[in-house]
Amino acid sequence: MNYLEFEKPLAEIEGKASELRAMGRANPEMDVEKEAAALDRKASEMLAQIYGDLSAWRKCQVARHPDRPHCRDYIEALFTDFTPLAGDRNFAEDHAVMGGLARLEGRAVMVIGQEKGHDTKSRIERNFGMARPEGYRKAIRLMDLADRFGLPVVTLVDTPGAYPGKGAEERGQSEAIARATEKCLALGVPMLSVIIGEGGSGGAVAFATANRVAMLEHSIYSVISPEGCASILWKDADKMREAAEALHLTAQDLSGLGVIDRVVKEPVGGAHRDRAAAMAAVGALLAGWLKDLDGKAAKALRQDRRQKFLAMGSQGLAA
Amino acid sequence: MNWISNYVRPKINSLFSRREVPENLWTKCDNCGQMLFHRELAANLNVCPNCGFHMPISPADRFAALFDGGVYTEVAVPDPVQDPLKFRDSKRYTDRLREARAKTGEKDAMLVAEGEMGRTPIVAAAQDFSFMAGSMGMYVGNAIIAAAERAVKLKRPLVLFSAAGGARMQEGILSLMQMPRTTIAVQMLKEAGLPYVVVLTNPTTGGVTASYAMLGDVQIAEPGALICFAGPRVIEQTIREKLPEGFQRAEYLLDHGMLDRVTSRLELKDELVTILRMLLRLSPQVRGDLPPPEAPDAGTEAAPGGKSAAKPAAKKAAGQKK
Ligand SMILES: [Zn+2]
Repeated sequence: MNYLEFEKPLAEIEGKASELRAMGRANPEMDVEKEAAALDRKASEMLAQIYGDLSAWRKCQVARHPDRPHCRDYIEALFTDFTPLAGDRNFAEDHAVMGGLARLEGRAVMVIGQEKGHDTKSRIERNFGMARPEGYRKAIRLMDLADRFGLPVVTLVDTPGAYPGKGAEERGQSEAIARATEKCLALGVPMLSVIIGEGGSGGAVAFATANRVAMLEHSIYSVISPEGCASILWKDADKMREAAEALHLTAQDLSGLGVIDRVVKEPVGGAHRDRAAAMAAVGALLAGWLKDLDGKAAKALRQDRRQKFLAMGSQGLAA
Repeated sequence: MNWISNYVRPKINSLFSRREVPENLWTKCDNCGQMLFHRELAANLNVCPNCGFHMPISPADRFAALFDGGVYTEVAVPDPVQDPLKFRDSKRYTDRLREARAKTGEKDAMLVAEGEMGRTPIVAAAQDFSFMAGSMGMYVGNAIIAAAERAVKLKRPLVLFSAAGGARMQEGILSLMQMPRTTIAVQMLKEAGLPYVVVLTNPTTGGVTASYAMLGDVQIAEPGALICFAGPRVIEQTIREKLPEGFQRAEYLLDHGMLDRVTSRLELKDELVTILRMLLRLSPQVRGDLPPPEAPDAGTEAAPGGKSAAKPAAKKAAGQKK
């Protein structure tokens, strides 16, 4: 288990409990279980208490937790017949973006998302979930394919942002993002998006201009990272806590602002503490939404998406 | 909310009407260091007569030079909720807004207008870099939507001049949501079969480049303009290598297939008219300096006021000299 810095007291208690049990195993004559169980209770109370009141910055840390289920995990857990499709047909295959045909509860769909990787090797291969223009162009290609064959599009958003690299800029990072957003808006099939971890700026919008957008309880979605915002507006990157609060980037804030449609509850202690339960909750939501929207006329779906975004921002935060 | 713009009273805009500039002010060219008399610089649309360096120009000054006789009608933009997040860093967002308004005399970072350019009716929108770095928040989003809706209503093309440091962080996620919102505006134009021409000016970066500023039917940039998604500093920090000379400048983008043209501000008007008239299948343009339209089309009342129409036209003549 990877503990976050604010989980230290929790780590201590859980550590003590497991030490105690190890001691009990080594010395069968000792009865440690009662004491260990008390520590377990204390730990679980503490966990519920910490996670019941996460600050915006702590949510950023949870959203980026290395053990949090990623795009690939969701695809494996929730979809069948997943058939990855590769390449943008122009330049390269971008491994930061996963996508392909799959079935969600039997219904054929196109699933697309950013994948961050789970260890050093895969993180480098996936470029930490930061797509290059090829990734956005691959997504456009897959969305177009889905549109032509009447398949709903499901996206799983988890990216620190689009990759800020030399080649990415030379090959038109901004144009690729703009076209992907345009494609989302043009789809005549239902499009559903879930922010499962980090929704980083334009790189996320290009995948999340959908009919329905959900966020996991401890995920974030922001115009800029708190660190980036702090270094620009506070002229001090260490002011990320203040920036995270000010940006209102939590699922709860975005729900309050009318930017997202649903907050998906995570298991106590975050999605990484019970990955299966977290993914199942997302699966149930997607299945329900798909039933609502499947079969709606292309024009109505486009209109629905357009109205949703045009109306956005007509309200500020509730006082 | 009524998105269709209300009319504000038409005004005659001369190059000097908005801000009074002292008579004997000299400006130093940021590029060649030449001292330039402000009148000479303004008459040359803020392009250095010595080296051709393009300095910023306000939307009002740009429109004065763009529209025939300097006459145009502002298109009203629906007011968004102000300071939706009650944002405060070292300063309150509301204070930053107040300061920017006092400095520019404008409401926010985009001005929308309708009028005739080379006798071709258009709607134009120009972003104001001097207003909080031209950043895109809800007002700018509303402005672009209002511009597109007006263009569709009048069946006119939209010419958009971009200039922005990116999204307005002080509006948080709502600034990010202007990417899809402005993309919808572009779609409205495309569905109506109307040309959408983007002129990228220095600098155009971030979420602005990654939405409406890169979706034009024709993409033109002013010389030397920085155009990018991620800024050069961020990239250097990420890849830890020096970037090539001219990286992310207009000419570099042209070389990499990201733009149609790089055109001097002094030749832009002619070029825009030429392109638009072909896209609209109109007869070739009448060249030269045109006075304000004689018979304004329905809805537009050209009402030359105290400053006669001849004056800005004369000013413009100097500015248009090649
Ligand atoms: Zn110069």
